[in-house]
Amino acid sequence: MTPRLELRNICKTYPGVVANDDISMSIAPGEIHAVLGENGAGKSTLMKIIYGAAQADSGTIRCDGQLVETHNPASSRALGIEMVYQHFALFESVTVVENIALSVSSTFHLDSLAEQITELSQRYGMPIDPYRRVHDLSVGERQRVEIVRCLLQAPKLLILDEPTSVLTPQAVVKLFETLRQLAAEGCSILYISHKLDEVQELCDSATVLRNGRVTGTARPRESTSVALARMMVGSDLPEMRLDPATPSPEPVLEVRNLSAPPKDRYGIGLKDVSFTVHGGEIVGLAGVSGNGQAELISLLSGERLHSQADTIRINGQPVGRLDAAGRRRIGTAFVPEERLGRGAVPPHALWENGILTGHRNGLVRNGLVNRPKARDFAGAIIERFNVKANGPGASAQSLSGGNLQKFIVGREIELAPKLFLVSQPTWGVDVGAAAFLRQTLIDLSRAGAAVLVVSEELDELFEICDRLLVICQGQVSAPLHTAETDREEVGLLMTRLGGQGSDKRSGELALQD
Amino acid sequence: MDLFIAIFTGTIIAATPLIFAALGELVVEKSGVLNLGIEGMMLVGAAFAFWGVIAGLPMPLAILAGALAGAASSLLFGVLALTFLTNQYAAGLALAIFGSGLSAFIGRGFGSAPIDALDAIHLPVLSDIPLVGPLLLRFDPLVYLALFMFAVISWFLYRTKAGLVLRTIGESPETAHAIGFPVIKIRYLAVLFGGLMAGLGGAYLSVAYTPLWVENMTAGRGWIALALVVFATWRPLRVLLGAWLFGGMTILQLQGQALGLGVPSELLSALPYAATIVVLVIISQNRQMLALHFPASLAKPFRPAN
Amino acid sequence: MHFRIEQRPEPSARMRVAAPIVATALTLLVGSIVFAALGHSPLATLHAFFIAPLSSMNGLSEWLLKASPLILIACGLAVGFRANVWNIGAEGQLIIGAIAASGVGLFYPDPESVLLLPLMFVAGALAGMGWAAIPAFLRARMNTNEILVTLMLTYIAVLFLSWLVHGPWRDPAGFNYPQTALLPPAAMFEPFDYAYRLNGSVFITVVAVVAMWLFTDRSFLGYKMSVSGAAPLAARYAGFRESAAVWTGLLAGGAAAGIAGMAEAAGPLGQLSSQISPGYGFAAIIVAFIGRLNAFGIVLGGLLMSLLFLGGDSVQMTLGLPSALTRIFQGILLFFLLAADFFIFYRIRPLREHA
Repeated sequence: MTPRLELRNICKTYPGVVANDDISMSIAPGEIHAVLGENGAGKSTLMKIIYGAAQADSGTIRCDGQLVETHNPASSRALGIEMVYQHFALFESVTVVENIALSVSSTFHLDSLAEQITELSQRYGMPIDPYRRVHDLSVGERQRVEIVRCLLQAPKLLILDEPTSVLTPQAVVKLFETLRQLAAEGCSILYISHKLDEVQELCDSATVLRNGRVTGTARPRESTSVALARMMVGSDLPEMRLDPATPSPEPVLEVRNLSAPPKDRYGIGLKDVSFTVHGGEIVGLAGVSGNGQAELISLLSGERLHSQADTIRINGQPVGRLDAAGRRRIGTAFVPEERLGRGAVPPHALWENGILTGHRNGLVRNGLVNRPKARDFAGAIIERFNVKANGPGASAQSLSGGNLQKFIVGREIELAPKLFLVSQPTWGVDVGAAAFLRQTLIDLSRAGAAVLVVSEELDELFEICDRLLVICQGQVSAPLHTAETDREEVGLLMTRLGGQGSDKRSGELALQD
Repeated sequence: MDLFIAIFTGTIIAATPLIFAALGELVVEKSGVLNLGIEGMMLVGAAFAFWGVIAGLPMPLAILAGALAGAASSLLFGVLALTFLTNQYAAGLALAIFGSGLSAFIGRGFGSAPIDALDAIHLPVLSDIPLVGPLLLRFDPLVYLALFMFAVISWFLYRTKAGLVLRTIGESPETAHAIGFPVIKIRYLAVLFGGLMAGLGGAYLSVAYTPLWVENMTAGRGWIALALVVFATWRPLRVLLGAWLFGGMTILQLQGQALGLGVPSELLSALPYAATIVVLVIISQNRQMLALHFPASLAKPFRPAN
Repeated sequence: MHFRIEQRPEPSARMRVAAPIVATALTLLVGSIVFAALGHSPLATLHAFFIAPLSSMNGLSEWLLKASPLILIACGLAVGFRANVWNIGAEGQLIIGAIAASGVGLFYPDPESVLLLPLMFVAGALAGMGWAAIPAFLRARMNTNEILVTLMLTYIAVLFLSWLVHGPWRDPAGFNYPQTALLPPAAMFEPFDYAYRLNGSVFITVVAVVAMWLFTDRSFLGYKMSVSGAAPLAARYAGFRESAAVWTGLLAGGAAAGIAGMAEAAGPLGQLSSQISPGYGFAAIIVAFIGRLNAFGIVLGGLLMSLLFLGGDSVQMTLGLPSALTRIFQGILLFFLLAADFFIFYRIRPLREHA
């Protein structure tokens, strides 16, 4: 049988990085094929090349035996290739049907298109309202819009890039049902993931990538996760050292009845949030993205102020009205989810980025920057945290995501914080660096600091946290002891917390599971 | 009653160059590009249209020359901002300075004599209806063209797929590129259209409104047009209303000068500029309203990843 | 052969030096073409434009005299530009500074006081800052775009000046010219040599350049402002206040422009007239960008821009070419420079053919 898609010797280099090196693979009609690899292995680049959003430097692509010559997203769609991006290609300010109309080549009849959307979305068990604006949709609903957009084209090959990273465990089950139904109808599916259990559950075959090269192919249901992991990582995963926590008697961070309006029209307000974090423990905040995490963390970091000072206390001191600099002065450190542009200034050198929050460590005297000291400060971070960079003079934007994250985490730890806030600590970071960062957080807490980790990766939270909080629709659950809960319970809280209240979204969310 | 008709028609006429320029800039900004060079493009348009009349071109061609010259000058900005990813503020300012120099250079031989202005239309019977005729049906064709352009742009932005694409590019060029829209090409077209409209606005000043050539004759209208887009919170109808408001302001202060209220004419002339500031301050207080139609990617350089 | 444009891993130091040279050369090239098109010999015109003005002591004096306010204002503006604070209204701040300083010079009770010049300096600086404080307040507290406000205030300043010199402040003995009476000698900078117009106010510019360098390159406040400009979210993350950057940026520009206005009135002009500035406030914006918002780059940019002003006058007098050419050249130079900067951050690479 002619393969639906066949790749031969695909190569792609970016400045300083070989993203894809001589990659070949083939997918049969109706096959669910996994591309497995850790962050930075070259999966996303490969998918963009298949979809035509990026051009290979060399190599060939055949679709149903036909050589694909000129290649861009429009020509891919003409060939029946559709892609669901990890970060959705949706415009927030317009409606679902307008979003979909943008990629449908037929004439501009929104009403008839809306009917098709309703019909199709119900057939595949993912109901959506075509006339709602995208910024009113939850992340899970947005993914449905993406998938329905692809299905309208009756695709022959559907590419999904890390589709479950934004979903609750229950929504994942639902998604897999839809994908199996599609495959049974003859559509090939290319499923990109770094999650072994999902690939083993869903996929017929797998191609494993590491550092841009194919390191193996497998039938996931027939291989062990250990074997797959070794292909993916190249070695066995490092073990975590996790001593039992000895929490301080008094909380370091205390949030009491914190409510706040959304910061913009796309945001989520916080409703009566209360929790504590003690010294010596790691508390995780789980939740599907866009449920108020960004609002909460910016209120805790002081980037956003609150009119009532005593809703947030650090070491007993009311800080709601203290700005970020003031909170740092009393021992807070913070690693934001956006590294470039928030945690670091992209065009500035690392020594300059060290000053950003490290200026209190004697780097400024009489209003003037002490450059030699700033260089030493950055140099020490680079060394201690094993940052791969061209010295303190390298610009922040020249570093890989993982190395920049190590630098930022290192800088914040150098401030000897009593309270450490960190958002998505290992996003886009390779496995080795992620393990190192997690161990660093554990060590910091065991040395007495209070650590709050916001993450969408449930596995990560279960691995390092002593207690878990779940955020949903701006409400935060009562704390759960990690040892006494499981993914199901947390997953349910991630969707159900809002209850059946008057909020317009809670009803929609209930549909998700 | 005559005074009322004079003020009303004067307002409509004074607003026309602003409507052209501000509607053009609205389309540019909706695509996510900020072109500060309107003043320069209007001047270039004014100079070329005036040149066209002096050179003996028929009036429509002279106006077209002004519009095309405005579009051509916008291309300078476009190349810098879209191809060379220059800071859009700097590129726009460069265009404003360059346009003022170029127009002065072209206009050096124009002399100070007025030309025959663009004729007002006169419809048989209709234009003679009392009140309605003088109020609505005796303008020159460009006044009606400005209103027609308003209708076209409103329809284009909110009723066509191309308009939807333009707006979404203004929200997120990265996403639009990922879907497969030619972001840079569309932005070039928007910038060219903005230049064309600014050129028309300038042409209106030199061949219909004044109608003579004075160096830097736009007198800040390009900047006021820019302010109008903010004032309008990126909505076409409000551009129209804002332009009439400022047109009215201009006419009232001119009437004030004519009446000799005892207030120095310079201070009356400063009124529209002061009013611009006041209106901007008032509009800026409502961040929610500003954000609602704001093109989120405005003035951010974009280069498609390859 | 296909080409690909890609971002350099690190900005190119070589291109940083080469870009302004290439841009200047291209401007000269375009200039030659324009001159040829106008029927003038390019070489002779370029000579008249760029060489002749500098071949006399008087020419050199005029060169520095015009470069000084450009450099001074550009230094002040660049402080704000680095923090994305866009003060486009230096022209208005210059005018208000000149008005305030002239007012002190004309109406101070003791026209021979040695305090007169220092008082005028302070008045010019404060007036410029005051004019710039309006947009600073409106941006910092009222969320209002400073580009439009500074510009509108410039038009208002021009009209206000026009009213003063046509009306209440007009010199009764001045044959109805729109200008004030001459300032008393104690209100004037003394020229180094009475044969030329260059005077001691250039030292103000020298001090400003050094202060600007110290501020932007060495001070913590300057560092904070560069963070605000390059990454506003990082500034908020670090707890640097945006309003501090807005106020510092606008007041620095306003003070510099106000002082430049004072130095014009108290220097080459000796009075307040409606022609107090030949567009220094706008040209200084170009100077700031040509100098890449860097103190020593601004010195070079100011010298170049001043030469363009002189060259425009020179070709007008000797060849009868229109002085508007000056602004065209300023615009073209800025265009090329902005375009050339692209190659500091990006490079063009040949692409291997698809197999």
